[in-house]
Amino acid sequence: MSEEIVLKIEDLHKSYGDNAVLKGVSLQLKRGETKVIIGPSGTGKSTLLGCVNRLVEPDGGNVYLENELITPHNIHKMRQKIGYVFQDFNLFNHLTALDNVRIGLVKVQKLSKDEATQIAMEQLKRVGLAEKANLYPSQLSGGQKQRVAIARALAMRPKLMLFDEPTSALDPELIGEVLSVMIELANSGMTMLVVTHELGFARTVADEIIFMENGVIVEQGPPSKIFTNPEKERTRQFLRRLTELYGEDKV
Amino acid sequence: MPILLKGTWVTVQLTILGLVLGLVIAVPVSFGQIYGGRVARLLCSIYERVFRSIPLLVLLMLIFYGLPEIGVRPAPFLACILGLGIRSSAYQSQIFRGAILSIGKGQTLAAFSIGMNKIQAFRYIIFPQALRYSIAPWTNEFTVVLKDSSMAYALGVVELLRQGSYIISRTYEPMTIFLTCAAIYLLMTISANKIMQLLERRLQIPGFEIKEVSH
Amino acid sequence: MSFGQIVLSSMPRLLNGLVVTIYMTIFSAGVGMLIGVLLCLGRVYGNRLVRALCVGFIELIRGTPMLVQLFILYYGLPVYGIRLTPLMAALIGFCINSGAYQAEYIRGAIQSIGSGQMKAAYSIGMTKWQAVRLIILPQALRRVIPAWTNEFIYLLKYTSMAYIIGAPEMMAQAKFIASRNFEFFRVYLLTAFVYLAVVWIAAEIFSRLERRLRIPGTVIGER
Repeated sequence: MSEEIVLKIEDLHKSYGDNAVLKGVSLQLKRGETKVIIGPSGTGKSTLLGCVNRLVEPDGGNVYLENELITPHNIHKMRQKIGYVFQDFNLFNHLTALDNVRIGLVKVQKLSKDEATQIAMEQLKRVGLAEKANLYPSQLSGGQKQRVAIARALAMRPKLMLFDEPTSALDPELIGEVLSVMIELANSGMTMLVVTHELGFARTVADEIIFMENGVIVEQGPPSKIFTNPEKERTRQFLRRLTELYGEDKV
Repeated sequence: MPILLKGTWVTVQLTILGLVLGLVIAVPVSFGQIYGGRVARLLCSIYERVFRSIPLLVLLMLIFYGLPEIGVRPAPFLACILGLGIRSSAYQSQIFRGAILSIGKGQTLAAFSIGMNKIQAFRYIIFPQALRYSIAPWTNEFTVVLKDSSMAYALGVVELLRQGSYIISRTYEPMTIFLTCAAIYLLMTISANKIMQLLERRLQIPGFEIKEVSH
Repeated sequence: MSFGQIVLSSMPRLLNGLVVTIYMTIFSAGVGMLIGVLLCLGRVYGNRLVRALCVGFIELIRGTPMLVQLFILYYGLPVYGIRLTPLMAALIGFCINSGAYQAEYIRGAIQSIGSGQMKAAYSIGMTKWQAVRLIILPQALRRVIPAWTNEFIYLLKYTSMAYIIGAPEMMAQAKFIASRNFEFFRVYLLTAFVYLAVVWIAAEIFSRLERRLRIPGTVIGER
């Protein structure tokens, strides 16, 4: 893990009408770090991720990717360097798995079809879905769809991967296959920012846990600290409730 | 301009009378299609299929030239109302049929379970809901009939369009006159839509959405 | 004249007219689709000015009778020195009219596609136009097929209006025949049967095609 800062978020603000969802959030990620954001629903976690690649327009604050400011002008170039995985997968329904992974390479990065196919198959193999390459999203299970979505994001060779509750829409039995892909990814040195409820995953892989509530970061620290001895009472309450809700095996 | 308004009034009459005739015919037809026996269902289906497949113009001609064969000589105005009405009834029966069918069977079953008979179930439970579902497509039908009334031109009825063309044959300003006609039609369709929207809002059941394509 | 004799003597002419009718329908439905796509994209993805223009145009065409539009094209344009043949005026009129309606059907199709598709396209770096062209449109056009076939059948019937401005389609031929043998009712009855047959066949073909293409999703659009 080098000391190079891949992502720097400075004082992000976002409101929807009167509702302030992000009230000045700042954080950084060094290369190879994996940070996990946890917190109650609706507290701006997804909005935060969306602001990083400007799928959501922030009202204030700055985002730097590898020390370059992300603006509406360079956003298309920037988005190619940021991989985004959605809660609802959002695979392109009219394209096969292979085409889903390939289309960004061919149309956005302007690679040749052969080159693109090679890279795409590589990524599909990496997520364990090489045999499903010619199937359509409607023919895949939820876990498979999400893995294709991850392959699609990875194919663009991003410097940073953002995961927005990647397993929340999945049946319990299918969560494992997606998490193992994400764990392998983290271990291979990818810089990742993950929003999730999966505390087991967080404990295994995260370099830092960030607890967010009401649009601000309440507490952040290494898993060993946050899970066993959190500083803030809110953090303690939240973790306790999650454990009750999801059971001991999650934590 | 005032002359055009005379034509407009004729158009309005054609529209409303046509729609009402359509309504009157459509209700029993839609019933027949849903609640009737095999024969009734077949007949009604044929009726609506036929009259949705032939152009209005052809229908108008058939009525205008056909009735004399059986000794009735209809005024063009009347023939148009008949034509508009019959055509509209075919579409309206589909609207009602769709509305009634879209109400789940559960509603009828629940009605029976508290002791209602078929007629009561329909009158108090199915009908009010079907009414709400019908309003949106019926508004559409309204504007369709309004616009189709212009075809009465072909039979010589002096509705808005023909009125306009008479004026043109005297003043030689086709563009302006026709554009004015268009504007009047537009005004009518927009107001009709607004009125129906208000009606829809008045009759709305909270939380009860009309089946629409949206995400 | 017996009905049979009428059928025999009128059919050749009627069929001539039918060819024109079908040609007009196919042409208008096709060009209408192009116009519809353009109008729809302008309305959904354009800037404020483009959007206003598109909406205004669509509402204008949908709010006025087709016959009035035909009249404006055929009788009105000569004022500005543009003299169209009846067939041309009819074709232009139908194309524009169909375009406006198809724009709305396509819009419905686009709206039925979740917003997630657009977001996913953006997330891999596509521009708005790339996303629309590669992701949204292919899906929307598939979803709009039922509405398109409806529109086709609608056009089949409404091309009959063109006879009023003198276009040589089936209705015009029917009138010609009838005005010579004075068997108005029977000739029109025959015409009605031809329309019935054509519409029925077209509907059958389309429903077979639709079944083959198997589109998941809802039916959008009914005149």
